[in-house]
Order: sequence, then structure tokens, then C-alpha cells
Amino acid sequence: MIKKIVSMTLNGRKVEEAVEPRTLLVHFLREKMSLTGAHIGCETSHCGACTVDIDGQSVKSCTHLAVQCDGSEIKTVEGLANAGVLHAVQEGFYKEHGLQCGFCTPGMLMRAYRFLQDNPDPTEEEVRVGMSGNLCRCTGYQNIVKAVLHAARVLQQDKVAA
Amino acid sequence: MIPPSFAYHAPRSIGEALSLLTELGDDAKLLAGGHSLLPMMKLRFAQPGVLIDINRIPELRGIREEGGKIRIGAMTTESELIASPLLQEHLPLLAEAARMIADPQVRNRGTIGGDIAHGDPGNDHPAIAMALDASFVLQGPAGERQVPAVDFFHGTYMTALAENEILTAILVTPFASGTGYAYQKLKRKTGDWATAGAAVVMRMAGGVVTQVSIGLTNVAPTALRARDAEKALIGQPVNDASLAAVVQAVRAVCDPAEDLRGDVEYKTAMAGEMAKRAILAAAARCR
Repeated sequence: MIKKIVSMTLNGRKVEEAVEPRTLLVHFLREKMSLTGAHIGCETSHCGACTVDIDGQSVKSCTHLAVQCDGSEIKTVEGLANAGVLHAVQEGFYKEHGLQCGFCTPGMLMRAYRFLQDNPDPTEEEVRVGMSGNLCRCTGYQNIVKAVLHAARVLQQDKVAA
Repeated sequence: MIPPSFAYHAPRSIGEALSLLTELGDDAKLLAGGHSLLPMMKLRFAQPGVLIDINRIPELRGIREEGGKIRIGAMTTESELIASPLLQEHLPLLAEAARMIADPQVRNRGTIGGDIAHGDPGNDHPAIAMALDASFVLQGPAGERQVPAVDFFHGTYMTALAENEILTAILVTPFASGTGYAYQKLKRKTGDWATAGAAVVMRMAGGVVTQVSIGLTNVAPTALRARDAEKALIGQPVNDASLAAVVQAVRAVCDPAEDLRGDVEYKTAMAGEMAKRAILAAAARCR
């Protein structure tokens, strides 16, 4: 099948690649861009382990074609830390023990990253609903909720300080 | 997980998309949010040779008032329905019910038009559109036509949409002030399709129901409008007797498929229960 040229901004870097139309974004990221943080946990669009940020929205990259990303701005978990300093959501998951095996974590972090921009001061219930597109086998979610609320507090403090 | 190969087009206008559809025929499928089509392709249930991506067509987006109706572009995402101040004010049922569809990531991609055009009895918008008396704007090579939601769904995955047509918009009359509404959806977990669901739009005056429409989700090969149940309620107060009549009429019209969500008896009973709860919730909102 004829390949298409797509150019996108990936974690702040311009990339241009020829892709087969059927290539799923998650495979493009993992196999072509070697960004292996985003994971694959299902083939029915449920688990959210592949969640990345596309043009300011959380999207499951297993259900999006790389060819659709022409002109898009994409952020993956590898783009979260700033010059080696962890983003508040990364720090929150670390401090509150919001991960065990780490397989869902990149998707959880990318979802939390966007969720807290859409809702900077969420209740516990809003966190649970807001994170409902992401499954976890290990944590029972309890500490993930604490992690997201921790990150919300840190981000609010940063905003006040700035 | 691995979809078959296909050619990809991304037209920038409805006209261009229609030309592609006409030219490429039944080997082509329109790609909207992609959250039903790509999952089917990844499991090889569908193997179209060409995808026509309609995500880059601005005419298919946006929610606005037009000629006394609210016009919702077919490519409006579920997230946009939830966030729309216009819908919150004039069609709160849509903004509220969209929160019960899938999960945040899916709602960022899935569109109201795609949810309807898919024709899956498990989807929520078909019954909601029936309860809202919505009509769908279909554009083909010969021009535009409008089909009422109640006439659109012909069977499981089968609709009035012709192969050379695009569903471009959903038209709905805004609620008169004091209209009650509710969508009750029984599901196994957040993000799942309904075991049974009921959408209700209702008006009351002097303690009795003056207008009511009831749509049912996932209890037949298509979404259903429960006409007999509506008749049982018109002119009546909402009480045990009228609700019992509604439940009986709802059950009579159900024809659910047995699957992991339950057998025929359970789903039929739950359809009655959801209709009852939706009517009670809608009545509480009537002014």
C-alpha cells in the first residue's frame, strides 16, 4: 500500500516520516520513534495504556492512525519531564506509590497530565471518573487517586508561586 | 490488533468527500472518530479497501442555532457535546447523556454522527435522538434530505444512510422551558454499552403528563421509540398505576439479544425499570 508522508511535532521535536495508512499511532511511536513508554494492553480500546496527548486532548493511540497525525502536536510520557525535573504527575505517582508493575503508568500519567489542565482542582470522584478510560491491574486505583490529587496540589502551589 | 491494508484519503470539503464516495463505491468507508470502525478493522470484522477521513472537513463541525433548531455537526465529539453551553441550556439531555458514553479518551474522538450512523443497538445516541424527535441531514450527490430519527434505524448496523451519502448534521428542536428529561442507563461498568437504557423527554401541566417521548437502548435489533408506553402516560399523573402501564408497554415492545449482559427476560425487565426511573427523574424536572 502506498505510504503517506506525515509531519508532526513529537515531544517538541519536528518529525517527518513515511507511514503506511494502516499503521496505528501506538506502533508508529513504539517501533518507528522508539518511544516505548506508551504500552499496549488490549485490542478493544479499553485499557488506555497507550494514551498520549494529541493537540491538547487525551487519545488512545491504538485507535488512531499515524497518518491522521499530519500537522499534529503529540506528547508522550517521555516528554513529560522538563530538563530532568519530573512533572508534578510523575512526582505524585512516585510519592503516593501510584504504580507497581508500571505497565499502565505512562498512559495514567498522560491522562492525569491532561485531566489536571481541564480540571485543576478535582474532587476524588472527579478524579475517578476522569481517569475511567485507564485500567490498572496492580494498584486498586486508591493510590492513583492520591497521586493525582497530590499532583493537583503541587500544580496549584506552582501557579500561586508564579 | 492489526488492521488490513487500505488506501487513505483526507478530503477538505463535503463535496470532495462525496466525489470520493461516488468514485470509490462500496469498497470505501468514511472514517469519523474511528472508535467503532478501527476496532472492527483491528479484529478484521470490516476490511474496507479505502478510508475517507472526514476529520478535516470544517463544515461537519460546530453546534449552532439555525431556523429555530439546534444544528449539531455530525463530527461534533462527545466531549464537545458535554462542554457545549448551547446544549446545556437548550438540550441538557444531550450534554448529560454524553457523559455516560464510553470514557474520556473515547469521547475526545467519537462523534455524535458516527455513533448514530454506526447503527449499533448498543449505542446511546439512537434512542436519545428518537426521544428528542431529532432528524438527520443526509447529503448525497443529488443534494440534501432529512430523515427523522424514528425512521433512520432499519436493523443492526443498518440505517437509511445510502452508500453514497454522508450524515452531515443532527437537527433538534430546543426544549421548551420546563421540559423534563432523563437518560437512565444500566451498565456493568463505566464505559460499557447499556444492558438496557431509556431516554425520556416530558412535559407536564396541572399534575398530568401532556407530552412524552420514550426511546429505548439495546433491547432490540435497533433503538426503539416506545409509542404505546407514551400513550399509556399521556393525560395521566405519574403514579404507581401509570408507571405500571408504562412498564408493561415497554416490556411488550422489547426484543433483546441474549449475550453476556443477560438473557431476554432480564434485559426486558431492566428496560421497564430504566423507563420507570427515567420517567420519575424527568417528572421531577418538569416545571
